[in-house]
Formats: sequence, structure tokens, C-alpha cells
Amino acid sequence: MERKIRVLIAKPGLDGHDRGAKIVARALRDAGMEVVYTGLHQTADMIVKTAVQEDVDVIGLSLLSGAHMTLFMDVTRLLKGKDMEDVLVVGGGVIPEEDIPTLKKAGIAGVFGPGTHIEEIVDFIRKNVKR
Amino acid sequence: MYEKNELNKIRDKRVDWEKNCYSNIIKEHPERKNKFENLSAIKIKNTYTPEDIAHLDYIKDMGFPGDYPFLRGVYSTMYRGRLWTMRQFAGFGSAEETNQRYKYLLGHGETGLSVAFDYPTLYGYDTDHPLARGEFGKCGVAISSLKDMEILFSDIPIDKVTTSMTINGPASIVWGFYIANAENRGISKNMIGGTIQNDILKEYIAQKSFIFPPEPSMRLIVDTFEYGFKQIPRWNTISISGYHIREAGSTAVQELAFTLGDGLEYVKSAMERDLLIDEFAPRLSFFFNAHSDFFEEIAKYRAARRIWAKELKKLGAKKDRSLLMRFHTQTAGCSLTAQQPEINIVRVTMQALAAVLGGTQSLHTNSMDEALALPSEKAARIALRTQQIIAEESGVADTIDPLGGAYYIEWLTDKIEEETYKYFDKVKQLGGVISAIEKGFFQREIAESAYKYQKEVDEKERTIVGVNRFKMDEELSIPILEMDEKGEHRQINRLKKLRKDRNQSKFDRNLKRLRKAALGNENLMPHILDCVHSYATLGETCDVLREVFGEYKEPTIY
Repeated sequence: MERKIRVLIAKPGLDGHDRGAKIVARALRDAGMEVVYTGLHQTADMIVKTAVQEDVDVIGLSLLSGAHMTLFMDVTRLLKGKDMEDVLVVGGGVIPEEDIPTLKKAGIAGVFGPGTHIEEIVDFIRKNVKR
Repeated sequence: MYEKNELNKIRDKRVDWEKNCYSNIIKEHPERKNKFENLSAIKIKNTYTPEDIAHLDYIKDMGFPGDYPFLRGVYSTMYRGRLWTMRQFAGFGSAEETNQRYKYLLGHGETGLSVAFDYPTLYGYDTDHPLARGEFGKCGVAISSLKDMEILFSDIPIDKVTTSMTINGPASIVWGFYIANAENRGISKNMIGGTIQNDILKEYIAQKSFIFPPEPSMRLIVDTFEYGFKQIPRWNTISISGYHIREAGSTAVQELAFTLGDGLEYVKSAMERDLLIDEFAPRLSFFFNAHSDFFEEIAKYRAARRIWAKELKKLGAKKDRSLLMRFHTQTAGCSLTAQQPEINIVRVTMQALAAVLGGTQSLHTNSMDEALALPSEKAARIALRTQQIIAEESGVADTIDPLGGAYYIEWLTDKIEEETYKYFDKVKQLGGVISAIEKGFFQREIAESAYKYQKEVDEKERTIVGVNRFKMDEELSIPILEMDEKGEHRQINRLKKLRKDRNQSKFDRNLKRLRKAALGNENLMPHILDCVHSYATLGETCDVLREVFGEYKEPTIY
């Protein structure tokens, strides 16, 4: 049997807006993936540790507080040197257009803003997952 | 409300119309949708008639504005006497920048202030705390000490303008900053007015900026009730909030039921501390969302007033003031689209109109760009102008509860009330609000509704203009707010200087006294104020309480 795609949905920082993260977690599960949700208030360190422990293929970061430029990039930085460079990292939340190129350069492969169709996220993960 | 004969005639005529007219037509021209439902999944009929409200007794169930059960409004003159307060939630970056924004908004006709704090502040951390990394000034203004509060309100007449502060876990400390600032400016405590949100139950349920576990949190809240009605009589010591519950994905009925349930829990907690209901209840206030289903929202506010009045009466309130549900409304942030952001102005207009027709006491209208970033000055001004047009041009403020008596509105008000009581029963069976929180009941209900809504949107059962229909490719032309990059640095230096310059022995003594009081059961407000006056920071004061009370960890449910 083919191994299911394993996804970690994580909420970095102090942001408490978890509506989107929970919906995405559930939708990915419904789409046949194995999903671990970290819950709130995670540091980048905690997220990367969980990702290693759970041996995930994908990390989905959700942030609506505007701190994505710092906190998303903390996660991608920590992944390097942990033998986790091939993990697909995606992000979502209230993220201005102009920040997206910088995030992509830093290793956030896909950025999904408000109004994204869930299928779009599922497709993106299936097409781009590397592990 | 109608004579039996009259009703029979109406019923006969309606049956005839359904059979011989409506059903014939829809055979040939089917209705637009298979089912008509509002956002709470309440089925909507093709039309409403006197039959649907025949059970109502006008005097008992509806009454007059300012009279029990306050369905038609909490004040007898409502907007004919005074318009609602136009209170725009604002805050970003440093205290200096937000102070400028407040002056800008007041200069453009805003009538009350409303402070948005950044995440570190909401969690009781100072700007230089490691967990504050990347968050400075992002979701609101950073306020770490009395010094910052002084800057935030400099040159603003806080004896005349009222201020609402969205702060929960550390509400008593931040309120302390506000009070101490007034005292230092020589403004008496009788003169300041405003609101602290201070509603921890909905934090556990939805917004998630909690610090302490439920029991000490409830104690801190009751402390503010007591201190408030004794010392700061114009202050609303709580704003029991459905807004965040709704934003997290609940339906209108869930928003109402969970919020009122929280409200009753606070009343019971205060009564268990032997506070007199007629002393503290007049200072309880509420905060609701204004979402997009126009009539459902209006009915929700009307039902809210009636249920609250009935329930407070049952709990023994005698004064009319205790029975009044006064509430603030904010249009639904979660309904705003990042796509074609200008059309959000139209959404906000309709939502604001619903709040006004529902009898709100104050109102925040969202800016069109909020699904993208913090509002720019222009976007914030248009949002304020939207309220001004409703108030001054539309005529809706000229008569009280203009939709009162409409068959659909009265039926829906009743229906929402009925559904709310069903939730009250469920929560009672689960052992009350706090026990239901610990069991994850509310969290699960909300996650369920949020998922259902998203699915409906994804499957195009529910249209969101610009998102799943009427889409277009466009270049975004919304200017994004730029923040002062030096703000964080300035704030951290200010904190360093404050810690160095303050009277250390006074500071130590006051924190020690607070710790001792927290271990006992006296009211903590006077001790908190002493700490604030000795320039203890938010983080330092909160840390004392964290050590004594511990921290809350939530069950993770999705």
C-alpha cells in the first residue's frame, strides 16, 4: 500500500486565529492525508522538532498576525541542517502580495491567502511533495 | 396579536395562495435554490404572515423602547436622542504611531476610541520578551508599561472621550495603566469612561489569548467588577463578546447562545462572591458580530436583548439598568475578501446597517483592506464615513426599531431565541460553561460550523462575490500601511530606561504585596494599581500572577 502523505499543520507565534488551520487540517485528512495539528503558540523550534519526530512530508504554517516574515522564515532556517530540506513547506493567512516573493525565496513553496479553494491546497501538496 | 376570526381568514387565504398560485408557478419556474436557509441553518419560508407571530403578546413580548423586555431597544429615545458611538478599533506599531491615528480618526468625526493591542501585549509579555519575536505592533499597538499608555493618550481628552480596550488575560493590569494615567493627569476616576473586554471565557472558546486557568481568571474578572462599580462608575468592566466566536466560524445562533451563556456565568460568579446583582450588572456590556445575512443579524440583536432581560430578572435583578443589554458591534472581518477588496465597502455597509437596525450602542466598521493587511488611513476613513452616511443620510435612525412588527423579523427573533435556549440546555447538561470548555464542546461546535461553511463556499452552494463567482484577474491597487521600522527599537530602549530609572525598592515592595494578595483572596485591583504606579511593566506584573496562578493549556480540537 502506498504511504500516505504526512502533513504537520502548525500555528507559529502568539496568533490565536485557528479557524483556517483547523479547516485545512480537516480537509487534508478528508483528502486522505495523515495530519498532525500542533495546536497554538508554537515556537519555530517546537514546530521543527515535531516535524522531525512525526517524520512529516509537508509542513503547513498558518499565521494571521502579520509576523510571517519573521516566523515562517525561522522555520525554514531551522529545517536546514536537520536533514529536512526536502520537506515541502507551505503557508497561509493574511499575507500581503509583496511579501510572497521573499517567502518563496526562503523556501515557502506555496502561499495561500484568504479565499483559497481547499482543493487548490490539496492539489498543490500532491504535485509538489518531494519525500 | 390578532383576532381569531381574522387569523382564520388569513390562514384560508394563505392555504389557497400556496396551493393554487405558488405551487403552480414553481412547477413551471422552479425556485432559485433547492433550499433556502440562513447561516444558522434555519429554514426560511417563502413568505411570512400574521400567523407566524400570532402567539406574540405585544405588551409582554415586544413592548416599547426602554421598557421590559427591551426587544425594541434599551433606551426610550434611542437614536432620536443620540446616535450610536462611532468607535473604530485601531492600533498598530508603537504608541506614538497609534496616538497619531487616534487623533486622525477623532479629527474626522469619530466619537469614541477603541484600542487594538499587539499579540505580546494580549498575552501579557513585554516587547523585549523572546516570545514577542516578530510580533511587535503587528496586530495592534504594543503597550508594555504606564509610560507607553501615557504616550498612547497624550493630548487626547480622556475625560471626554470614552475608550474601549480589547484586552482579556491581562485586562486588569492594562486597565490599571489607563486609570493610573488619568490619575497622573489629574483627571478624577469619576470622569473617565470606557470598556475593557475582560471576557476570558470566549478566549478559551474562540480567540485563544488566554493566560491563566479559568478559576483565577474568573477571580480577576470579578475583582474588576467590584473595583469598577465602587471606584470607576462610568466604566464597563466587561464586554461579553460573541464577535470572536463568530469569527472563529460559529453560526449566529451559536454566537448568541455561547455569549449569553458566558454572560450568565459571570453573573453567577459575581453573585457567589456576594456582590449585589443590581450593583454590578448595570456595568456589564456586550459585543457582537455583524455578518452578512441581513435579517438574521437584526433578529439576533433583538433576541439578545429580550433573553438577557428575562434571565437577569430570573436571577433577581430589580433595577431596569441591570436588565439592559448594551452592546458594541463590529462588522464581520471574516466576511471580507482579499479579492476585489473595494467591494468590501458594500459588505461593510450592509452589515453596519443591520447593526443599526438591530439597535447597537456603538459600532466599528471594517476597512476594505483588512483581508490583506492593517488598514491604511484612507481605508479607515472610508469605513468611518460609511457609518456617517447611515447615520445622517439614510433616515434609518429617525424612528426606533423600524423593523419591529415585521412578520419575518419577529418570527426569526423568536426562532433564534428558541434555538438559543436549546444550547443553554445542552451546556447545562455538560455541567456549565467551564466544564463544557474543558470538554471541548464549544470548540468542536465552532470547528464543525466553520468547516461546513467553507465546504459550502468551495462547492459553490454559498456564493461569495469575487471569490467563487464573479471573479476577475486584477492588479491590487490598495495601498498597504507602512509602519515605522524604528518603533520596536524605541520601545525596547524605553523599557530599558524605565527599568533603570524607577524606584527599585518601591517596585520590589509592590510586586511582593501583589504576590501575597494573589495567594490570598482579597481584591487585586488596588495592588495592581500600586504596581503600575511604580512602573512595573505588563510582563513583570503578569509574571507574578503566572507564578501564583499557573498557565492555561487548551485541549486541541479540530
